[in-house]
Amino acid sequence: MSVSVDLTAQPASDRPAAPPAATRHGFIRLPKPSHLRRFLVPVLLVLSWQVAAQAGWISTRLMAPPLDIAAAAWSLTVTGELPYHLLVSLQRVVIGLAIAIFAGVSLGLTAGLSKLGEDAVDASMQMLRALPFLALVPLFILWFGIGETTKIALVALGATFPIYLTLFGGIRGVDPKLLEAGRILGLDRAGQIRHIILPAALPQALVGLRYGLGTAWLSLVVGEQINATAGIGFLVMDAREFLRTDVILVGLLVYALLGLGADQLVRMVERRALAWRPSLVREG
Amino acid sequence: MGDAVVTLRALTRRFHGSAVPPVLDRIDLTIRKGEFVALLGRSGSGKTTLLRTLAGLDPVTEGEASLPERRAVVFQEPRLMPWKRVWHNVALGLRGEAGTIRERALSALREVELSHRATAWPLTLSGGEAQRTGLARALVREPELLLLDEPFASLDALTRLRMQSLVAELWQAHRPAVLLVTHDVEEALLLADRVLVLAQGHLVEDLSVKLPRPRRRSAEGFDALRVRLLGTLGVDEDGHDATARAA
Repeated sequence: MSVSVDLTAQPASDRPAAPPAATRHGFIRLPKPSHLRRFLVPVLLVLSWQVAAQAGWISTRLMAPPLDIAAAAWSLTVTGELPYHLLVSLQRVVIGLAIAIFAGVSLGLTAGLSKLGEDAVDASMQMLRALPFLALVPLFILWFGIGETTKIALVALGATFPIYLTLFGGIRGVDPKLLEAGRILGLDRAGQIRHIILPAALPQALVGLRYGLGTAWLSLVVGEQINATAGIGFLVMDAREFLRTDVILVGLLVYALLGLGADQLVRMVERRALAWRPSLVREG
Repeated sequence: MGDAVVTLRALTRRFHGSAVPPVLDRIDLTIRKGEFVALLGRSGSGKTTLLRTLAGLDPVTEGEASLPERRAVVFQEPRLMPWKRVWHNVALGLRGEAGTIRERALSALREVELSHRATAWPLTLSGGEAQRTGLARALVREPELLLLDEPFASLDALTRLRMQSLVAELWQAHRPAVLLVTHDVEEALLLADRVLVLAQGHLVEDLSVKLPRPRRRSAEGFDALRVRLLGTLGVDEDGHDATARAA
């Protein structure tokens, strides 16, 4: 009995840890079966959609089949129409989001780091937040006209609140025991903010950024349906006039992909900035 | 009294106005340079309040306290910044040139036998490793007064034994004055020159421990001191509540 135990123990003690590390880098990583299984149902749905359309069970006038959508996406891309509108939409989101991050972070820091700042900022932010911001569209049109400003302002407004709220909450949620430890270690207020408060608030703030991105796309869709002359929203509204459901669906698909891509981007930032969290530590 | 590191005169601390008896009631205490003092007491006896005052975390409102400039604390829970790697935690708050600070942090980690974890994230440390990091973080500041707030309480029994002897070695190497807050009588006797017992806001015992070092539980006189301290704490040898039985 003891012999068999020795035999199994031998190779492991001979070369500790080296073999598993080598195999991990040596293999090309294939998707696991469980990942493939996740995509099975969506793929089946798309297939049956195509079949149903070809069999005449679904009106192709009201709902273009997948192959037509793919064809529309292709032709829109080669004519340069889709890239152009995509660029216009992206520009609106990027500018709007940049404003939102700047405003949300400034306000969040002001309210989070001082009682005076909280009194000055928080009540107004909470009141504004209670207002569905899309209800401001008529006012914005009156103030900013129907041009780019209204669209960017909508994106910025929608994304500011989640960023502000989560940053504020994150700062206020810092473990007071850590702050106390910092005090004993001789950190002044600036040191506490830099080494304790901001890193502690970062996970929440990044969640806020992800929420903010979601709201930004939503505002973009609404904004681009107000008398736009370019952008994915314009493409969709224009296609509606001509009953081009294939183009409409291409537009929706692009919105979905953009949202997904933006989310992945924030997740990437999270993986880098929050490498210390246990779930991520174990992965790396 | 030229070598006193800590001097408390009639230190009093109240939490709920004057109706309730104060948590600390006119405490007089002197801790000499390099002296290892253990502070025993039941939960709620004001041990931690006294330690917080010595750490400078709580203000002195009644009485006088003279404290050294360089103080360091190891808490019961490690209180490491999870977003800073181990050696950054040790270096946090140190002033000076970056290379020197790094060198000092790494050498403190060597002393607690944690060099191999210097670049690890704190959340990947075991309980013992985390407390050793806390100890390195305190030592790197070369404190005149080292405050230990039940630093072994949440460790398993074996790790606790190793930590206790590590603390004894480090104390002998660096000779800071130490105040160890604990509720473990044996731990106090294994480490301290002097054992204080705090009850109802008063220091009811100030016992000098003259056992040879390194301390052994089997040493002559150890058990007598243990029984005496347990008695002061109101517990008899078998763990029964002596005060309850007397009443």
